[in-house]
This record gives sequence, structure tokens and C-alpha cells, in this order.
Amino acid sequence: MTDISKPLAPQIEKPRPPLAEAVEMFVRNRAAVAGLVVLVLIVLAAIFGPSLYGTDPYEMVWAPFTPPGSEGYLLGTDYLGRDLFAGILAGARVSLTIGLAAAFMSVFIGITVGAVAGFFRGWVEEVLMRITEFFQVLPTLLFSMVIVSLFGASFPIITVAIGIVSWTAVARITRAEFLRIRELEYVMAARASGAGNFRLIFGVVLPNALPPIIVQAALMVGTAILFEAGLSFLGLTDPNVVSWGQIIGSNRPYILDANYTVTLPGLAIFVTVLAISLVGDGLNDALNPRLRAR
Amino acid sequence: MDREPILDVKGLRVELSTRNGVVPVLDGLDFSLRASETLAFVGESGCGKSMTALAVMGLVPQPVGRIAAGSICLDGEDLASATEARMRNVRGNDVSMIFQEPMTALNPVYTAGEQIAELLRRHQAMGRRAAWEHAVEMLAAVGIPDPRGRASAYPHQMSGGQRQRVMIAMALACRPKVLIADEPTTALDVTVQAQIFELLKDLRRETGTALILITHDMGVVAEMAERMIVMYAGRKVEDGIVEDVIAAPKHPYTRGLISCVPHLAEVLTEERPDLTEVPGVVPPLTQFGRDMCLFSSRCVLADDRCRTARPADRQFGMGHVAACWHAEEVA
Repeated sequence: MTDISKPLAPQIEKPRPPLAEAVEMFVRNRAAVAGLVVLVLIVLAAIFGPSLYGTDPYEMVWAPFTPPGSEGYLLGTDYLGRDLFAGILAGARVSLTIGLAAAFMSVFIGITVGAVAGFFRGWVEEVLMRITEFFQVLPTLLFSMVIVSLFGASFPIITVAIGIVSWTAVARITRAEFLRIRELEYVMAARASGAGNFRLIFGVVLPNALPPIIVQAALMVGTAILFEAGLSFLGLTDPNVVSWGQIIGSNRPYILDANYTVTLPGLAIFVTVLAISLVGDGLNDALNPRLRAR
Repeated sequence: MDREPILDVKGLRVELSTRNGVVPVLDGLDFSLRASETLAFVGESGCGKSMTALAVMGLVPQPVGRIAAGSICLDGEDLASATEARMRNVRGNDVSMIFQEPMTALNPVYTAGEQIAELLRRHQAMGRRAAWEHAVEMLAAVGIPDPRGRASAYPHQMSGGQRQRVMIAMALACRPKVLIADEPTTALDVTVQAQIFELLKDLRRETGTALILITHDMGVVAEMAERMIVMYAGRKVEDGIVEDVIAAPKHPYTRGLISCVPHLAEVLTEERPDLTEVPGVVPPLTQFGRDMCLFSSRCVLADDRCRTARPADRQFGMGHVAACWHAEEVA
């Protein structure tokens, strides 16, 4: 059609997807990279470890309380003479799976509640935020213990129990972001171009609200792992499946005689949650400055 | 001039619920618009210019606002009584809008091409590929250099002028019958401003899209529009062909607005009148809708009649209408 493009100097800057910028920011955070490396190692160990190591974590392989390093058992044996290293490897699967599943669930609930509340405002927001506050003031551990006691200590129930008590933070963050973003002009512009509410929420506002939610979701995985450990420490777990918390809980009476049986799985939890926190922190760095640059 | 109007607004009344009761922010507004015509809405902030745009788009702020009376006929279809589902098809397709802030009116997480293509897929049921190709064509049409490359650029990688071009490309992608531009260049440099107006003129000529231009800049009106409507406190106070209105305003408010613009008055009167300001401010919302001339508190000609009765629209030849009891005295 028309060509009045000449007065505009062509821009030299090469279009670069925002993802590339985020990756660059993440890489600059050394601690986050270290966390990511550790986390990847843990995930690999959880996936391939049990089959590579070969020892059955449920089998009594040696005398109980064999200290680490002796008799070819890398981390020693527990009170029943089961291989502790095999237990930690198998427990990693359980802890990470439950952590991810519970975090996914709480993020799902949280985004839905927060998005609807923040987008529609009015009585919808009032009702949803009162419900959120109700869940917030519940003693979380107690509430999830009640759920697990009532419905049985299977992993789906434990996942639901953790998810249902920990979505409030995501809901509040999502709502706050929605309150901010819904007033921005591009939301109005999208509405003026014929977008309906569903598209506005999930296609327009949510993608812009994601960065803090992603950070929160990452941290949520760590929290969920801790939570699962807490529940299984208290015995609210499937007693036939090894998890980190369950190892700690079952060895707790012998903590003075064989402290490594408790310390080593505890260390596994600590390192994993720390790695996740560092990654979450790095994500925060990676995603926020780009927000400001916009 | 005797073509059928494409957009015909009659007796439009938009009410907002405020703490002090229901207030008519648009009060008995009539106007019509023909294909490829440009109609400018002028007035200070809070006079109802933007509300007019929102009403036409069916976007009166909910739940505080509503269209209380009147009709908005687009090609014979009354949008004021259309369903929300119908309006979603109208918006961006038959009527589209360009916003004031190109910096914030584009979604930062999608590329320019994606944003245009998404509209085409939704409204014109185009396939992914066809929509993308058409988006690139639209970017070329609005004068973006290297349109294929820029289509995959994100808004924050573009300059203000480029973003406004992308906005225009989006607004025109579906070939709307009416394009509403709400202060489209206020946020841009003067040179870029001129380019954007040039572009709008060209595109309007090519596509036959009628343009509603909302502005408070009389210079822009004189440059761009054939007809203008001066709004004050939710009411139309003057309506006419731009040359007529600027040469011989019939409403003291219009005259005040014109004499606020230095060189414009200079050219038209060939003497140098003092730069005047319109004293005072727009009355508070609570006074909107009263049976009086709402400009009377700021008007030197005001008398008791102005303060007790709303002036009727009076004709001054060739579609020139003004609502003032003292229209003859305005010079």
C-alpha cells in the first residue's frame, strides 16, 4: 500500500525471544546454576539410581546399624539391616514425585482461584478470598494429617492433602498480579478487539502474570517435599513405600546410637530443598528484570 | 455528503453510578458518520469523548456504567441492544480502536505478528499460515521496515512510533467499518505524530474505513477531520464541518478551545488575538445532567436563562449545530 517507511530508521536490534534473556539472567546467578546442577543430579539419581545401584531398599541385606563405608555398604544399614543408600535413592523418587505433584496441584488451584478473583473482582473476589483466608489460617500440618487419617495414607491422598493446604500463596500472588495487569491498557485493547473473558484471563493476563507464579511454584516443590517428609516422619505415609521422611521417622528411636540413619536422609532433604530454593531464587532474578524492562 | 451514514448514534445516554447517585456522563448525544469520513471529538478531559468511544465499542465500564437510552446503529444494527456475544464479533472486526499509549497497549508477551494473526484467526477464521502472512502484509501496509522480520519482534523491542503502527495494523487487519482512535499520537514525538496521521489518512482513503478521532488538539482536528463535535460535560455543544466551526464557532466553549491554540487563531483571523485560556474547570460529575447550560459557570455570556434551562440545539446552516442561548453573540 503506502510507503512512508523511509523516515523510520530500521532498527539494528535483532528480535530476541524473552526466553533467551531470561536464560542469560539465570546463568549470571552462580548459586542458582549450582542449585540447578545439584537438582539435575538428584533427579537423575532418582530416575536411574535404583536400577543402577541394584540393591533392593526393602530387603535386609546386612546386620542392622552397619555404619557407613563398612562392608561395601556405602551409607550403612538401618535398624532392620536395610541398605540406607538404596533407601535414599528410592526415597528420592517418592519425595520428588510427591513434591512435584503436590506443587502442581496447589499451583493449579491457586491460579484458578486467584485468576478468577482478580479478574472478576466484586463479590466473586470477596467469596474466593475469604475461602483463601480460611485455608490460610488452618493449621496446615494438622489439617493434612486429618485428611490423611480420614482417607488413608496412599500417595494420591498425601499429594492432595499437601496440595490442598498450600495453594493459598499462589492464589494471593496470582490475584495481586491480576489486579495490577487487568487495569493495563493492553487488556482493554484486547477486549476492544473482541476477546472474551476466557481469552482475556488465560491468553492475555495470565501469561503476563506468570513470572512470580513460576518462582512461587518452584519454591512450592521444596515446601511440598518438606511437608511430605513431615507427614511420613509422623507415620502418616504408606508404610510399605520408602520415602525420606519415612526413613527418618522409622529410625528416629535409634538416633543416639546410629545418628547417620537419620542424618543422611535428612541431608538428602536439605540438599534437595536448598537446590530448589536456589533455582527458585535464580528464576526470580531471571524473570523479574525483564518485567521491569517492559 | 448524502450517503447513508455507516454509524448513526441517536439520543445516546450513558449513566454511571457514583457515590452521589446516578450521573449521565453522556447526555442525549446524536451524531452520524459516513464511510471514509473523519469525525473528530474535541473537549477537555472528562467531557465524555472517551466514553463515547467506549459506548460505541460496547465497553461502558461494568458494573458502574450502562447505556440508559438511545441507539448506536452500525449499518442498521443497533449495537446498544446487541448481546455481549454479538459485540465480541463486532469489536475488532466491524469497529476497532487504537489506544493512546502505544507503549502499553500491546501485549508484551506476544510478538507483533502473533497479535495481529490472532485477531485474523478469531474474526476471519483464517488458518495459522494465512493469518501470519496477512499479518506481515498489514505490517508492510503500515510502513514497518522489514515487516517479515519485525513480525517476530516483541513490543519492547520496538520504538513508540513502530508500536503505534502495529496497533494500527491490528485495528485495520479485519477491515473495520469504523476505526476509533483515542488520542492516537499524544504519547508520540511530533515528527512521528505527523507520520502516523499521514498513515491514517492514506489507509482511510484506501479502505473506506470511517474514522472517529478523539483528541484535544485543535491543530490535529484541522489537519485530519472533515467534521468535528465539541463535547462538554457529557453533552454535545457544537457540531459541524471543521472549517465552519473553526472559522465561526457558535459556542463560547468552542471559541475558547480555538483561541487556546496560538497559530491556528493567528492564521484564521489574520490579527493576533491574545492567547486566551478558558477559565475554570469542567464541573464535577454531580452537576452533569442538570437542566442548565453546564458551561455557564465558566462563560462570560452566561445569564439566568443559562443557569436554569438547558440550551436546545440550534441550526446554523449546513449541519452546523450549537447548543447555546447566546450563539449569535459569540464571535
